[in-house]
Amino acid sequence: MNLVVNGNDVNIPDSVQTVLALLNHFQLENKIVIVEINHSIINKSLYEETNISDGDHIEIVHFVGGG
Amino acid sequence: MLNIGPHKFQSRLLLGTGKYPNMEIQKKAVETSATEVLTFAVRRMNIFHANQPNFLEKLDLKKYKLLPNTAGAKTAAEAVRIARLARASGLCDMIKVEVIGCDKTLLPDPIETLKASEILLEEGFIVLPYTSDDVVLARKLEELGCHAVMPCASPIGSGQGIINPLNLQFIIEHASVPIIVDAGVGGPADAALAMELGADGVLLNTAVSSAKNPVKMAKAMKQAVEAGRLGYEAGRISKKQYAMASSPGEGMSQSE
Repeated sequence: MNLVVNGNDVNIPDSVQTVLALLNHFQLENKIVIVEINHSIINKSLYEETNISDGDHIEIVHFVGGG
Repeated sequence: MLNIGPHKFQSRLLLGTGKYPNMEIQKKAVETSATEVLTFAVRRMNIFHANQPNFLEKLDLKKYKLLPNTAGAKTAAEAVRIARLARASGLCDMIKVEVIGCDKTLLPDPIETLKASEILLEEGFIVLPYTSDDVVLARKLEELGCHAVMPCASPIGSGQGIINPLNLQFIIEHASVPIIVDAGVGGPADAALAMELGADGVLLNTAVSSAKNPVKMAKAMKQAVEAGRLGYEAGRISKKQYAMASSPGEGMSQSE
């Protein structure tokens, strides 16, 4: 499956079907992140049941140092 | 005690988390400052390097309230999006609305700041807009319902200190929500002056993070904010044109 994640074209195995699986794929499952798919923010409690699809534009953001 | 919306803080120093030499120094500086509010920016994760250390993950989040900013936004819509992302973390309800209108001065866009603040207030955020030292704009932000207003002392990161104390004083005197002087503070004297003018708090970043010794500067800023606040509460004497002797004029011993 082809996705655009944070502006990068990435190809991930078809077995990765949910947001949670995607976070696991990138080893982000224990990080404090926020996920947006095609401009919709995904509630944390729905990561396991939210499916991702070929062509999705996904943003994975986090908190960094700033003033 | 500093009250912002439902939150109560002992410390009146709010600290940014950008540009520290390393996380060890940053951790010590944050602890030394005794701050209870830390600002953060929201940025893309480097998905190919998930193991990069992140300061937020090193913090005891029970000890600090997060104040994410909308830095990077140039429009109200962009600021609102960043604020929503920040809140979706489940870690915060406050937002520092920061909409930059000029790349060179990093001064805020007043119209977009006002628009973003209005939308975010409707959505239930605790809204703290970063603004210029414009007196009328500060009042309008308060009238919208902002929980605090954060005028800059001088441009972000410039370290120029308070370049218009008169405007800041007007803003402070007219406001009934907390006024937090945000940006431009260079040294402890600037922070103390802001507090002496009656500001409810000071938010700074570069002055500590880029000091030669950030940990020592964190301590200096903590004490400056406390001293300035005490001075404000104690009531400063008015300025007079001529001298006033501190010692009595009478009772001088004469040798004849």
